[in-house]
Formats: sequence, structure tokens, C-alpha cells
Amino acid sequence: MSEIPGDLKFLKSHEWARVEDSGHVTVGISEHAQSLLGDLVYVELPAVGDRITSGGAAAVVESVKAASDVYSPLSGTVTSVNEALNDKPETINEDAYGEGWIFTLAIDDADQLNDLLSPDDYAALIEDDGH
Amino acid sequence: MTLKTVYNQSHRDLGAKMVDFGGWDMPIHYGSQIEEHHAVRRDAGMFDVSHMTVIDLHGEGARAYLRKLIANSVEKLKVSGKALYSCMLNERGGVIDDLIVYYLNDSFYRVVVNASTRDKDLAWMQAQASGFDVSLEERADLAMVAVQGPNARAKALSLLSPEAAGPVGALGKFMACDADGLFIARTGYTGEDGFEIMVPEDRAVAFWNRLLGAGVRPCGLGARDTLRLEAGMALYGQDMDETVSPFEAGLAWTVALDEGRDFIGRAVLEQQLADGSARQMIGVVMDEKGVLRHGQAVFAQCGPGEILSGTFSPSLSKAIALARVPAGDVGAVEVDIRGKRHPLRVVKYPFVRDGKAQPGV
Repeated sequence: MSEIPGDLKFLKSHEWARVEDSGHVTVGISEHAQSLLGDLVYVELPAVGDRITSGGAAAVVESVKAASDVYSPLSGTVTSVNEALNDKPETINEDAYGEGWIFTLAIDDADQLNDLLSPDDYAALIEDDGH
Repeated sequence: MTLKTVYNQSHRDLGAKMVDFGGWDMPIHYGSQIEEHHAVRRDAGMFDVSHMTVIDLHGEGARAYLRKLIANSVEKLKVSGKALYSCMLNERGGVIDDLIVYYLNDSFYRVVVNASTRDKDLAWMQAQASGFDVSLEERADLAMVAVQGPNARAKALSLLSPEAAGPVGALGKFMACDADGLFIARTGYTGEDGFEIMVPEDRAVAFWNRLLGAGVRPCGLGARDTLRLEAGMALYGQDMDETVSPFEAGLAWTVALDEGRDFIGRAVLEQQLADGSARQMIGVVMDEKGVLRHGQAVFAQCGPGEILSGTFSPSLSKAIALARVPAGDVGAVEVDIRGKRHPLRVVKYPFVRDGKAQPGV
């Protein structure tokens, strides 16, 4: 199991959120999620300016095997999307916590961050999944 | 209960991601489904297909039995070792399963049916056998490996004794023979050349390891599915089932309406031919980004239909699918993906043959 960066927060459904210095939040899917999905071949991105609610479907990632909704860990407004994924969706397979980010949000309420899982809690969760 | 093939530990040792496949614990991939797909298109890959069901038919009545049991005609099998692809139909003309039958001699045929349909196939085949001088023997003692790709035959042949390599190397397509205690058929489910090899279980792992040593890449059922769909080959349960006739699954070429042969389901097929009522299977590609998947609704001029097998084609880098629509002019076709309509192009399939995209795809 690869290291989970300590500055991430997680949803049980395998999305991560990172608060950037700018205050915006970057969202992606976990290393574990990409390995479950296998080779990604298509990402449906939200549009900049879209209003998104925490727990709501914000993007779709499709592998050869399956299509999967990406739920937003937080509520807010989309400020940017990772256009590079249009041509290279496999970037998520290669670097789920870095270059494979999906979108950024201007969040409505920083308190929502407290509802998310810490890296350790998330690691424990996927550990349990394995049994 | 989870069924395991003799290769279960081999898959795990190779780091396979295992999934449940019709009750069998099988490898979906060993790291990258797409790389495995390309290995078969460009070099050589191997698949554990030991979960498939092998049934030997013995008896003087085997030919007469098969004349009744399947929609293709065993009269086409004149040379020992020749294989025939066919559907086995119910009385309503629906497909119980698709299968391959090998002719070995007049009182010995070998049939390979799907894994997921094993129980109902055996029950049906046994029930139809009454009145014929034929006995059914399931060969659970045989493991099976499909070695596929442009270099598959050469790599497999390099592992055979000189006495065996000669005749096996000379096998024509859709022919099989015994060699070195293996049953080797020049057949497959990928659109590439290669062999499907039945191995006695006690030698199976050693044989797999020798293939690995010869540079044949292990490939999971994920790649097997994208390869077979690119090759335009139907998958039972997805492209056809007991409510679908072979005509409605693009399998008219496997139906022999030869004079005087009363096979099960024939009357319904003749009726469909006479009144033109059969739905039709079409091949489609999507030039927009996205992935076609089983169950998506499609809209053609002739009426609504659905995507049967759909996937992202690694060879073409776009989505391809088989779809079933009503009889009539197909016209322009659209698919509904998550509530949005996207245009599809209707194309002739196979989509890919001998490693290359087919014209118009």
C-alpha cells in the first residue's frame, strides 16, 4: 500500500480533498480507488462555475471495466478543472494524489472539512475493505 | 462456494487482481488490462480458461445426437480434428449456449461450453441424449490455456517435442490434434492467431510456467473481453441468451438450414426468416469521448434498442459496441449516456482484425 499524503482528507467513497494555500480545495480520487477501477479511459469533468454539494456527484471516471461517479467531499463552486485528463485520463492511474487531481473548489464552509476522514482513518477503512 | 482453477495460486503469485466470475475466482488483470490487451495484439498473451466446461461425447449415435442438438451442421465436419462453432437452441429458437464441437472420430466428439452455463447445459444435453447411443463425460480433469497473438503459435511450438511441433505447426485454422499428451486447437476468442490448449491437470502448472518462460504474457479476463469484442465475437449472457435467436445475435452464419435435419429450434428460425421479424445486431462506434456499456439505450430509425457488449477499445482508442435494434432500416443511431444523447456510427464488425482497425471503423 503506497503512502497517503498527510495533508489529505477523505470521503468513505474514496475521494480526497486538499486545502491549498490559496484556500481553494483540490479534489481527486484515491490511489486505492484508481487501483480498483483499473486503466482509466475517460473522465467527465464538471464545468468551472458549477455549484456542487458535498456528497453530490461532481464528475465521472470511467475505466475499461466500469463507470464511477466522483462525489464531492465539500460544497462549493468549481474554480478550475484538470483539462489534461481529457487527453490523458490515465494520469489518475499514475499519480492519483498529484497530477491526477480532478477539480478545485471555492468552498462554502470550512467546517465541513471536519466531517472528512483523516489519512489514518481512511487507511484503516480500506484495510478493512480488503478482508 | 468459490470455484478455483488449477492456476489459482499461479495467478496470485503473479499479482493478479482476482474477481468472481460466475462463481469462479478468476484474474481480471495482472496490473494493466490495456497493456495485456496490447500484448495479445502485438506479441503473445495467455489466458486461463480452465473454468470452461469440456464434455466428451462417446457412442455410435453421437453424430445423430449433434444433428438434433445444435443449429450448425456437424455434417460440415469431415476431417478428424475439425472444429465447428454453433449455438444450442431451445424449442423457441433461443440460445441456451454457444459452443465449439470438435470432431475426433465418428463415435467421439468433444464439446466446449461456457463456464457460467455449465449446469443448465449439462442438464439440457443429458435430457436430449435419451434415445441416442451417446454418453456424456465431463472432463473436469483438463485445464485449458488460450495462447493468443501474432507470436503465440511460434512461442507455444517452441515448447513441444520435435515430433509434436511438426503436426501442430501444420494445423489449419479451426483444427485440433493431440500432441505430447496435450489437446491443441488452433482456435481462440481474441481475433488473433493462436492455440487453445487442454492440459491434464497434473501437468498444467508446469506447462503454464514454461509458457511464461517462453515470454508469453499472462492476461486476465478483462483483456479477453476487450479483445473478443474488437474481434466482433459474441459473449453469451450479454449479446444473446434464451430469449434471443442466433439471427438476432449476428450469428446467422452459424445456422445451417440443411435439408432434412430437424434440429431443436429450427421451426422458429424458419418462421423468423419467413416473416422478417428477427431483431438485428449492429456494430457501432462512438467518435465522441465516453464509453459504451451494456444496457445503455440506443435509438435508431427502426426503433429503440440497447447496447449489448460495449467497451472502450484499446486498439482504436474509442468506444465500440454491439447493439440490438428492431428489424428495419437502422438509419441514424444515438445512445443515451447519463441522460445525454450522443451520435453513433454504424459499422461492419469485426472492428479489429489481425491487429488492425477494419476499414470504416
